[in-house]
Amino acid sequence: MTSAAAHDYSGVPQGAPVYELTNVSKTYARNQVVALQDVSLTLRKGSFTSVIGSSGCGKSTLLKIMAGLIPPTKGRVILQNKPVTGPRRDIGMMFQQATLFPWKTAAENIVLPIEIRDGKAAAKKAMEAAHDLLEMVGLKGFEDVYPNELSGGMAQRASICRMLITEPAVLLLDEPFSALDELSRDLMNMELQRICREQNATAFLVTHSIQEAVILSDDIVVMKPRPGRIAEVVPVDLPRPRTLDMMTTQKFGEIVDRIRAMLDKGEDM
Amino acid sequence: MTEFQTNHPTDEETVQETVWEQEVAFIDSVPRSVAMTFVFVVFIGTWQLVTALGMVSPIILPTPMETFKDMIFVGQNLLTGGYMLDSLWITILEVIYGFALAIAIGFSLGVLVGETAFGEKAVMPYLVAIDTMPKVAFAPLFVAWLGFGIESKVALAAFIATFPIVVGTAAGLHAADENARMLFKTMGASRMQTLIKMKLPTGLPQIFTGLKIGAVGVMAGAITGEFLGGGKGFGELIRVAASQLNTPRVFSLILYLSVVGLVLYLIVQWTQRRVVFWQKETVGSYDG
Repeated sequence: MTSAAAHDYSGVPQGAPVYELTNVSKTYARNQVVALQDVSLTLRKGSFTSVIGSSGCGKSTLLKIMAGLIPPTKGRVILQNKPVTGPRRDIGMMFQQATLFPWKTAAENIVLPIEIRDGKAAAKKAMEAAHDLLEMVGLKGFEDVYPNELSGGMAQRASICRMLITEPAVLLLDEPFSALDELSRDLMNMELQRICREQNATAFLVTHSIQEAVILSDDIVVMKPRPGRIAEVVPVDLPRPRTLDMMTTQKFGEIVDRIRAMLDKGEDM
Repeated sequence: MTEFQTNHPTDEETVQETVWEQEVAFIDSVPRSVAMTFVFVVFIGTWQLVTALGMVSPIILPTPMETFKDMIFVGQNLLTGGYMLDSLWITILEVIYGFALAIAIGFSLGVLVGETAFGEKAVMPYLVAIDTMPKVAFAPLFVAWLGFGIESKVALAAFIATFPIVVGTAAGLHAADENARMLFKTMGASRMQTLIKMKLPTGLPQIFTGLKIGAVGVMAGAITGEFLGGGKGFGELIRVAASQLNTPRVFSLILYLSVVGLVLYLIVQWTQRRVVFWQKETVGSYDG
């Protein structure tokens, strides 16, 4: 299925549900803080969803639950028809920092998830796939280069490859490019879109940037703090593929303004 | 070619280039070799002056020339396989065994303390308590337990060198940042995998810092052990020379001993550069 078929460009993804959260709540026992209250969310195959909200709105908690790093207090967390009860290989994750290990080459870093799960022999077999992924993100020829010699943007490209090597069903992106300068960031966002389309990936992005959310997403989940909950899900009906030029269009501006108004309202509470 | 219009007259004499000399203090511009030679010459010169003017008794401080002559004598003895070489070899063995023992114990304890909550809670306080004790004071105990042979010296050397290695290892295991830990969790890594594939390699620079401090300590431990527990090592030669008021000999023996210490340190440093090849040099360059 191509990405074009997955969307009717109305912003509503048409693919089959991949990740389903139903009434997920999280209360931290330590201080009885309700970090997340009754969050229900469906990620469809090939869709790009962003979550945005002020700090304390529970988006980090939500991401950790979705990654299988912490258990919810209540609710159902189902990925590919199986409950998420811990980290899984069909969950790919990317962080603010590239976190490449300096004692491994770019390609060795990329096959690390395979090495951890299946051992060194399997990792060696995956080397070819790592080379292909590096080529896809425009890092052909950098296979044997150590991370110290990579720029910030290149390192994040490599960490995209590491996330993709296990062919995950869902990509969880925790502000992946926020440590980059703005020019590289825009560029990497367009790269991310291209990669997601090529792989027909299901992506879930946590971000602080409204512009970034709008330019990348089919749906934007706006969250409110105390307790963390979903305020509204805003569909983005800009055509795909998105281009940076779209950031100057009236429609783009309207969606940004709408989300900003929602976030400002959230601040008062 | 584009012509740039300027308000200045264009005849060559009036064109001024904005090239200027950046001021560098003279003391910072001296090359390393010159600076080192300078300090050496000043040191020897002062030494010569103090002894030549008879400001101190020759028994307390020999002249540089006397010391140099004695160094040649000791060097000949070492090179021709004299009794001093036997002594030096004993001390070198004490240092090697002591360091190996310190690495084995220090690394194990460091992993216990750095990796497990039990170690941090229950073992670390005792280690800190022992570390604050003057460790050379244990020398008579080691002699009583292990005798006057090489064993008691090895024990003291290892005892002194263990603690920096424990601290270095434990600190190294804490060096990995939150992102790396999270990443390993998301990859479903076991505790052992996280330790071996991530925490230990990340902590290697700290571990090597501990090893370097330990390498210095192991030398001090072996010599102190010989001072206090007899034996046949280089420390004993120093003690005997000092008791005979043969100060030039004491000086030259110390200098040869420092070569051993330096070699050990350089071996650790060389290993570090090979193993931790990704670490940027932070100490040793003053090109700021």
